[in-house]
Amino acid sequence: MLQGIPFRPEQASTIARGVDHLYYFLTAIDLFFTAVIFLTIFYFALRYRRRSEQDRATRIEGNIPLEIMWTAIPLGLVIIVFLWGTNLFIQNSRPPAAATEIFVVGKQWMWKIQHPEGLMEINELHVPVNRPIKLTMTSEDVIHDFSIPAFRVKKDVVPGMYTTLWFQATQTGKFHLFCDQYCGTNHALMKGYVMVMEPIEYEQWVSGGVRGESMAQAGAKLYDQLACITCHGTGKAPPLLGIYGKRVNLSDGTTVVADDAYLRESIIYPSAKIVAGFPPIMPTYKGQVTEEQLLQLIAYIKSLSREEGKAPK
Amino acid sequence: MVDAPAAVAAAHQFEDLEQQHEAASLGMWVFLATEVMFFGGLFAGYTIYRNLYQPGFMAGSHMLNVTLGALNTAVLICSSLTMALAVRAAQLGKRRAVVTFLILTMALGLAFILIKLTLEWHHDYLEGLVPGLRFTYGGPTPKAVELFFCFYFTMTGVHALHMVVGLGILSVLVVQAWKGRFGPQRYNAVETAGLYWHFVDVVWIFLFPLLYLLGGRY
Amino acid sequence: MATAAAPADLDTRVHYLNADYGIKSWLLTTDHKRIAILYLVAITFFFLLGGIAAVLIRINLIQPNGALVEPAAYNKLFSMHGIIMIFLFLIPSIPAVLGNFLVPMMIGARDLAFPRLNLLSWYLLMAGGILILYAVIWGGVDTGWTFYTPLSTTYLNTNVMSAALGVFVAGFSSILTGLNFIVTIHKMRAPGMTWFRMPLFLWAIYATSIIQILGTPVLAITLVLVALERLFHVGVFDPAVGGDPILFQHLFWFYSHPAVYIMILPSMGVMSELVTCFARKRIFGYSFVAFSSVAIAVISFLVWGHHMYVSGQSIYASIIFSALSFAVAIPSAIKVFNWTATLYKGSVSYQAPMLYALGFIGLFTMGGLTGLFLATLAVDGHVHDTYFVVGHFHYIMVGGALMGYLGGIHFWWPKITGRLYPDGWARLAAAIIFIGFNLTFFPQYMLGYLGMPRRYAIYPPEFQVLNVMSSAGASVLAVGYLIPLIYLIWSMRYGPVAGPNPWGAKGLEWETASPPITENFEHTPVVTEEAYAYDE
Repeated sequence: MLQGIPFRPEQASTIARGVDHLYYFLTAIDLFFTAVIFLTIFYFALRYRRRSEQDRATRIEGNIPLEIMWTAIPLGLVIIVFLWGTNLFIQNSRPPAAATEIFVVGKQWMWKIQHPEGLMEINELHVPVNRPIKLTMTSEDVIHDFSIPAFRVKKDVVPGMYTTLWFQATQTGKFHLFCDQYCGTNHALMKGYVMVMEPIEYEQWVSGGVRGESMAQAGAKLYDQLACITCHGTGKAPPLLGIYGKRVNLSDGTTVVADDAYLRESIIYPSAKIVAGFPPIMPTYKGQVTEEQLLQLIAYIKSLSREEGKAPK
Repeated sequence: MVDAPAAVAAAHQFEDLEQQHEAASLGMWVFLATEVMFFGGLFAGYTIYRNLYQPGFMAGSHMLNVTLGALNTAVLICSSLTMALAVRAAQLGKRRAVVTFLILTMALGLAFILIKLTLEWHHDYLEGLVPGLRFTYGGPTPKAVELFFCFYFTMTGVHALHMVVGLGILSVLVVQAWKGRFGPQRYNAVETAGLYWHFVDVVWIFLFPLLYLLGGRY
Repeated sequence: MATAAAPADLDTRVHYLNADYGIKSWLLTTDHKRIAILYLVAITFFFLLGGIAAVLIRINLIQPNGALVEPAAYNKLFSMHGIIMIFLFLIPSIPAVLGNFLVPMMIGARDLAFPRLNLLSWYLLMAGGILILYAVIWGGVDTGWTFYTPLSTTYLNTNVMSAALGVFVAGFSSILTGLNFIVTIHKMRAPGMTWFRMPLFLWAIYATSIIQILGTPVLAITLVLVALERLFHVGVFDPAVGGDPILFQHLFWFYSHPAVYIMILPSMGVMSELVTCFARKRIFGYSFVAFSSVAIAVISFLVWGHHMYVSGQSIYASIIFSALSFAVAIPSAIKVFNWTATLYKGSVSYQAPMLYALGFIGLFTMGGLTGLFLATLAVDGHVHDTYFVVGHFHYIMVGGALMGYLGGIHFWWPKITGRLYPDGWARLAAAIIFIGFNLTFFPQYMLGYLGMPRRYAIYPPEFQVLNVMSSAGASVLAVGYLIPLIYLIWSMRYGPVAGPNPWGAKGLEWETASPPITENFEHTPVVTEEAYAYDE
């Protein structure tokens, strides 16, 4: 029966092996020390068992060198584990610059996934193999968690902010996707699959899907509908050309990088950060745009960096 | 006139009165430590949001009545003085003085609560600044202002609750003092209550600038 | 030494159990020993309720599609299990039962510093318990014991308010108990009982009390804010109105991490008492064990962020919390080594309390080391919120804290009741518990690494085998827990009368009658020897 029980999920991402190796090391430490303690106790309990009522123990108060040793050795071991784990963690937290961005919006009780080219999926995420993928995620309601055990990654998906996670799949196939932060009645049903495909198949899949517009195109339409250009195109508000990723000077003297979170906040809560030299007159669009629409607007603004002045097709 | 209370025995678990007094004082200090942590959670949350939403919190703070807040601060500081005098009187066994100072302390405490309730909170309610009950603020950054007032009412409300409990304790002490219970052998209850009262005062001394004086108004 | 007193002795001699009769003499008692019994009855009741929830959970998990209940009901079951077991059983358990009974006795005092406050603590636990029971039985609550926002504040319409209020009230029971112990230990030690002559159980209780008084108020105010948010829809934690749901997590875990040390430290204190008595030997490294309790209490306040590595908090915060989380493991390791070394050249016997102690040391070592997995950033990124975590904390809380509690109950039972229980049955139960426990919870580590999330009413079929193993183990474990209930109650009437010191143990509590008189000692003892002076 034991043969049929796997000990770990498939190693389907670049970091899976590394995480598993650290896990094996920790397992070895755990089993080793448990065995050491267990066997020592077993031995002492037998060797020094009470043979009669008159049996007396030897007087021993302690032993400082021993105390030092069994403090120092565990300390050394945990420092090793800490450094190893932190190193892996830092690598796993920094997506490569060339990562393909895909956007995730979680809500009770489904995952809505949006590819920049415009394709939308529900509870399934198609990705190409051997390419770094960065997920930018938010929730419409409560805290969820996007978890892919085969890739050894997960991240909470939080309402009101963006969280990111990245991975690079190393095997094609179909892998579990779970919601891993209790989110209400159908928490256990909020799951799906990550489908990893060969790059060519992925290209076909992504362009052959539902004929729709890219996220940036949808964002351009929203930009029109909401009449953002009234201020942002007339000098009354900061111009948005090339703004993504640039440092912005704020009215209180500090600076901030114009990333996804900054752009989202500027639309929902404009008075939080006022750009230097401009009056605080932007109205809030909270309640007027959904999380997906926010992502589309941000995709549009990002596209203004790539092609100066030209709206994307 | 010093009334000599009846010969006082320590409670059965203690060896002597000195141990009883020390235990009571230590107990109150430990309790105050828990109160620091209790209010601390609120202060921590407030500080974080104040940093996140500076314009909104400043706007909210400006809508509070600094004069009344300062008046209340003075009232409380005076009440701590009268409380300390009550403790002193109890130590000296001066029955009338104890009762007088305790009643004065209670009066000042009551004044604080009445000023808060009738003048400040009632006014805030009329102005539509009470989240959950009546919040009609329509100026800029309404959500941050609402958050500010949420903290304002929670923090001053929890503080006021502690004052009401303090008034309850003091009223029990007034009755006991009137009966001549306190003297040089037995003043610990007054002293311990004094510790509590001073603590509630100190909390207000932190609350006042944090809530009323944001943005360096004065 | 251990001689059985004449049976008539128990009925003719006046002691705390027969000093007064009637329901009022119990419900209005200020005797710390009677209050301990009140707590014992109450938490046993709560344990049974929480246990029923556990049984239903494990039955449901036998099948991937849920064998017993719908997901909505399942969510209420695990919430009920967590809330009851943590707040109404584990947190009070050793401090309120064994601590209340033993703290005055171990320091040679007649009672705690504030006996009436002690009674109030019990009533607060009852009030909180009634509110929580109302919440879970009439309609249920499905927030999980962690009440994460904005789920608990805005998106659920179950009995969140009453559950939160119940936990709030029960929390004050914990705070006041801690306060009582701190003042008692500081001010009421008998002549000659210096800090370093105290039994290590008292050091553990003292450290636990520090955590109780400093941590619990933060949970209290956090629950107040959750309640205000539910009532008035103000936005403290709800991003829809400007709040930050992660702030809730910080405030919640600031208490709830130290809380787990409230649950384990007293058990560690019990260990020191059991190992020394049943090896008939001084503790190895007294000051190291004593200071490690304090170190655990201090460091425990600095590690809460390890529950939030994937919450979206900054990676720098995560790194710092990880380092500190490794640090808190070291004092626990020191204790385990010192207990083991105590057996060296001792005179070891294996009555039931010792079996519980040995089981504790093994299970705590294994479970505590799985904490290292969770402290490790890269590994936690995989096992966070999976059954690995469930396995870890059950190893500590059930394999650790609960075994320590049972060991302590078996050890001090003769002192508390004046009776002995049948040791054969007790040892059998201990063995069944040990086996059932491992069968139940070891598969959960494996399930977790395979990726099965926790709080799942329904799961993918490939996880079924391990779930069935776990549920099978749970049935063994349940039997194991029921056996002591039977023989301990039986012993109160039919057990042989125990003398003052049936184990031949050192400690002031063993130098007085079993059961003790209300005032504990005929005369205040004077202490002239070190703790665990077995070789003098």
